Amino acid sequence: MEYRITAPLDKDTAGKLRAGDYVWISGTIYTARDAAHKRMQEALDRGERLPVDWKDNIIYYMGPSPAREGRVIGSAGPTTSSRMDPYTPRLLDMGLCGMIGKGKRSPEVLDAIVRNGAVYFAAVGGAGALLSRQIKKAEVVAYGDLGTEAIRKLEVEDFPVIVVIDKEGNDLYKNNGKG
Amino acid sequence: MIREIDVKEITRQIRDMCIEVNYSLSEDMACAMKEAADKERGPLGKKVLQQLKENLEIAKEEQIPICQDTGMAVIFLEIGQDVHFIGGDLGQAVDEGVRQGYAEGYLRKSVVGDPLLRENTKDNTPAVLHTSIVPGDRVKITVAPKGFGSENMSRIAMLKPAQGVEGVKQVILDTVREAGPNACPPLAVGVGIGGTFEKAALLSKQALTRPVGEPAKDAHIRALEEEMLEKVNALGIGPGGLGGNVTALAVHINAYATHIAGLPVAVNLCCHVNRHVKRVL
Ligand code: SF4
Repeated sequence: MEYRITAPLDKDTAGKLRAGDYVWISGTIYTARDAAHKRMQEALDRGERLPVDWKDNIIYYMGPSPAREGRVIGSAGPTTSSRMDPYTPRLLDMGLCGMIGKGKRSPEVLDAIVRNGAVYFAAVGGAGALLSRQIKKAEVVAYGDLGTEAIRKLEVEDFPVIVVIDKEGNDLYKNNGKG
Repeated sequence: MIREIDVKEITRQIRDMCIEVNYSLSEDMACAMKEAADKERGPLGKKVLQQLKENLEIAKEEQIPICQDTGMAVIFLEIGQDVHFIGGDLGQAVDEGVRQGYAEGYLRKSVVGDPLLRENTKDNTPAVLHTSIVPGDRVKITVAPKGFGSENMSRIAMLKPAQGVEGVKQVILDTVREAGPNACPPLAVGVGIGGTFEKAALLSKQALTRPVGEPAKDAHIRALEEEMLEKVNALGIGPGGLGGNVTALAVHINAYATHIAGLPVAVNLCCHVNRHVKRVL
């Protein structure tokens, strides 16, 4: 199936998506990768609030290249999601509704996706120039000192992704590579 | 005769090469990507290759990096033994080229200064520099920035000689299978067989800088490359890991003498953004 959806996402929309569906996302999403996840984890451990309320939101695992003058953003494709696996279930349990990245997830993340009715999307790895065109606005909202690893708020339009893990626990990658 | 080369020339070349290599693929890779699009039969695989084709066009037209991970700068210098560098420290000149290239080219700064303390150096230095001394009075520079999506999925195995070529095949297939979608297929697979622990790793990296599709010189290695390309593609991982018959664009194998007791095998995976550019001074 093909869908056009808006972000932030609601659980009803997330719940109808199935592994293999082709989806275009429009709306507001946030970037975070390794260093930002580590900081959020430390903040939670200290009992502090996070800089973004993740409820119903989508995190894009991405650290862009610098923008040229007059451009919104540089190259902006997904990074490998599995590095965020140790931090992810906790965020999903706090209401995070979707993630965009590339590559496999751990069984713990899959369980947390199912438990929370969330969804994991893949964007095409190495298509950062193409994907940057669908980003209309970008603004650093937290951890600016981390440079490319800062948390950015993005306005996207028809951002192309594929559903990899759905709330029923289907995993699109699982059967590829068995040959 | 001793030939003098000012290290500032090395800086200039490396700056330009860092930028060039991140904005457009070398001819061999561009060709391989086109062939892949013709060969791929999986519906999602086809779609991914179509997006990657557009991505390359946009990168070139709009002067934006092909991938946001513009890599850690891996640089090979093959230095003629009759060359004398003047005007400064060669290693510093290399890093200065990287610093300028990554700043002026709007490339991402992806290097942390200490692997445990992990503070970004903010200029993508230091480079990983490999030098070798060769006959003559020329300097051959290879710039091959490496993304870590694929670097992280690379492996080294110290096999026993009794495991032989079958063991080598197994290591290659296991590495690609385990990497699956993480390494951004379609891949270039660089394999180093023989030498010592570190030599095998270096051979596998050098194998990635060989023009894609250029076969190995030795007949038995060439045959192994062909066989492994077929086997890797039969895994069905496909472009983006979404299924298909093009999992790799090439398998390149470099072999070297080794010890009677050993059979080291290193598999260095590279994504479809297999960046390498060479210049000779
Ligand atoms: S593995 Fe290659 S294509 Fe994928 S994100 Fe890294 S550099 Fe880009």
